[in-house]
Amino acid sequence: MEQVLDLGHSAPRGLLRFIKRWLFTTNHKEIGTLYLLFSLLMFFIGGVFALLIRAELFQPGARLFNPEFFNQMTTLHGLVMLFLAIMPAFSGFANWMIPLMIGAPDMAMPRMNNWAFWILPVAAILLFSTLFMDGSAPNFGWTMYAPLSTTYGPASTDYLILAIHLMGLSSLMGAINIIVTILNLRTPGMTMMKMPIFCWSWLVTAFLLIGVMPVLAAAVTMMLMDRHFATSFFSAAGGGDPLLYQHLFWFFGHPEVYIIILPAFGIISQIIPTFSRKKLFGYRFMVYALLAIAFLSFIVWVHHMFVTGVPLAAELFFMYTTMLIAVPTGVKVFNWVTTMYRGAISFETPMLFALAFVILFTIGGFSGVMLAMVPADFQYQDTYFVVAHFHYVLVPGALFGAIAGAYYWLPKMTGVMYNERLGQCHFWLSVIGVNLTFFPMHFLGLAGMPRRIADYSLQFANFNAIASLGAFIFGFAQLFFLYIIIQAMRGKGKKASAQVWEGAEGLEWTLSSPPPLHSFTTPPKFE
Amino acid sequence: MEYVKKKFLVFLIFFNFLITPRLAFAAWETNMPIGVTPISHAIYHLHMLVFWICVGIAVVVFSIMIYSLIRHRKSRGVRAAQFHEHFFLEIAWAIVPFIILIVIAIPATKTLIKMNDNSDPELTIKVTGYQWRWRYAYLDQGIDFFSNLSTPTEELQNQAKKNQWYLLEVDHPLVVPIHKKIRFLFTSNDVIHSWWVPTLGIKRDTIPGFINEAWAKIDSKGTYRGQCAELCGTNHAFMPIVVKAVSEKEFNLWAKQQAGELIHGTST
Repeated sequence: MEQVLDLGHSAPRGLLRFIKRWLFTTNHKEIGTLYLLFSLLMFFIGGVFALLIRAELFQPGARLFNPEFFNQMTTLHGLVMLFLAIMPAFSGFANWMIPLMIGAPDMAMPRMNNWAFWILPVAAILLFSTLFMDGSAPNFGWTMYAPLSTTYGPASTDYLILAIHLMGLSSLMGAINIIVTILNLRTPGMTMMKMPIFCWSWLVTAFLLIGVMPVLAAAVTMMLMDRHFATSFFSAAGGGDPLLYQHLFWFFGHPEVYIIILPAFGIISQIIPTFSRKKLFGYRFMVYALLAIAFLSFIVWVHHMFVTGVPLAAELFFMYTTMLIAVPTGVKVFNWVTTMYRGAISFETPMLFALAFVILFTIGGFSGVMLAMVPADFQYQDTYFVVAHFHYVLVPGALFGAIAGAYYWLPKMTGVMYNERLGQCHFWLSVIGVNLTFFPMHFLGLAGMPRRIADYSLQFANFNAIASLGAFIFGFAQLFFLYIIIQAMRGKGKKASAQVWEGAEGLEWTLSSPPPLHSFTTPPKFE
Repeated sequence: MEYVKKKFLVFLIFFNFLITPRLAFAAWETNMPIGVTPISHAIYHLHMLVFWICVGIAVVVFSIMIYSLIRHRKSRGVRAAQFHEHFFLEIAWAIVPFIILIVIAIPATKTLIKMNDNSDPELTIKVTGYQWRWRYAYLDQGIDFFSNLSTPTEELQNQAKKNQWYLLEVDHPLVVPIHKKIRFLFTSNDVIHSWWVPTLGIKRDTIPGFINEAWAKIDSKGTYRGQCAELCGTNHAFMPIVVKAVSEKEFNLWAKQQAGELIHGTST
């Protein structure tokens, strides 16, 4: 045992040893770190794609590159941010924190954990290699609608399909691991309803992943068959139906939205009680709300397809189910607000991001309710209003959740406090940048600007210029984040106590900061 | 106090920046057009209804939150209360939103049913999406033509000043009569496109091998513009829609002129 511990902590001698250590590691903390750093890198790459899009759209007229490249950027930006930035970020937090929170020595299946991570960089390389291929990179949007992606797709689409299979495998293995860990490795006395809410949110997320990742895999496999093996799943000329692809895709795609947001809900539900110095209000109902959202997420997918000509009865059904999602989501928001009510609130960086999350995610939720109204959706669908809506739930929603989590747990992970002043700079620039970027997009969409267009008419010029300005503020603000993380990883800063935050509760805060490489080798006492 | 004053000043300057250019440009449109058809009117009113309900909820929720953030700060020396459960409160804030949702579901359902009533059309036009232009066929009149973007390349390449209808102009607009129920049939020749004219309240995907429907009854004469709304390849941004709504007399005259000429513009 001593030997293993030493190996983990000793400085690596030689490059080979360093590579071996990280390539073969089965330790949940190290794999968690790998996930988080990988996600950070992808976040910057996806961010560069986004800034290229915003630079092109800064003014009307062909400016930097042609529409062909623009379409590649929108496609890759979406795919990279969803599959390679946000999802791995939350997997990273799950790996790091779930064993610590439930008092387990590691994830239940450490070798599979290693594999689940190392598939991801391979998928990323496959995806990015398409940029250098003859023809072009995938250029049909992250939704990959047939027949644009099948009959009309560039040759590189096959690489994208393979990359998606790998990312799906990685997510599935991660999900199985999390479920087994949470169900089996909780310390004695920690019943399901006493488990930290972050673990609950990830448990539900993991089941969603198992439910829908195979559907995406099936859909892209059918794409591959249509492209190369003369099938006609999505080709009307051969008796197929292009809409079948959309049904399959969104049957995956809508739960995917919650796969992305539920772990953020979990993080926010940990942070708000800590900095309000008050227990989470309505724990039981928070859990029920998670379950209700997960259930509803499976029966709303057609709301992405209202303008495709689905029958009236289906439009009504999916309108009502979509509206229903507002109820459990509302419960979550009300519970967060009530948790703060009559607390003793302080405003450290994680809390600031959590507060911005609550307000801005709720704004995204409101536009979600508006989008659920089918008649109004006929005007909103495929416009910048939709772009504004989902960026409000994904950027100040999911991404702020991940950033809040990073600030919250960084002292625990590295053992040093981050620089609070720089953290606040990062926060204010981010929150200003995000709103400047995405709020005007509501106006653009309502005024009639379709999404995914490489050039636009003059009436949209002003708000596009503002959005681009905001995007660059937001993008460059993330350099603060990068610097803060690097400093913390180098051990620069005040030493963090085991407790770190005054109001923090839970098993993870009983361990030293940073925790030993192998923690809770015997189950800790719980309550 | 000085701090608050300073903040307010910053706020004013920022707001000024937002408001002043309004006078200089016409391009600050922030809301959906009310449109010129019964459907677009209904959509507009539904949109505004839901919007104001959302604003109302936002004001209530955010006020309580901001109140807590100000009053219950640790720096004011408050001690946190210990309550963390309230069964009836939880039930109440599940039920109240549910009731609000029913309130907005009723007009939404009514409008939706009206939109789907494609019966008794007085004119039927088939719209076919092509990469990257539209084809319009008047099924009863035997008129059939393509409609292409007419913005000159120099404007696209920034070598000439962009005109007012940059990217929103076509060589052959769709000409329709006012006060007539027009039924549109949508299909595509290649990939999925989406025919969208905001002022008519119509957006429908055109799907190869399938036919979608929508209808419009236009109130007033005018030129109404829209764009393709579904990513359809390289020139997705360059297939605008222009609808010219004219009186019945003018329409009949136009239709007569077109008779015999099967296809305008270039075809492939």
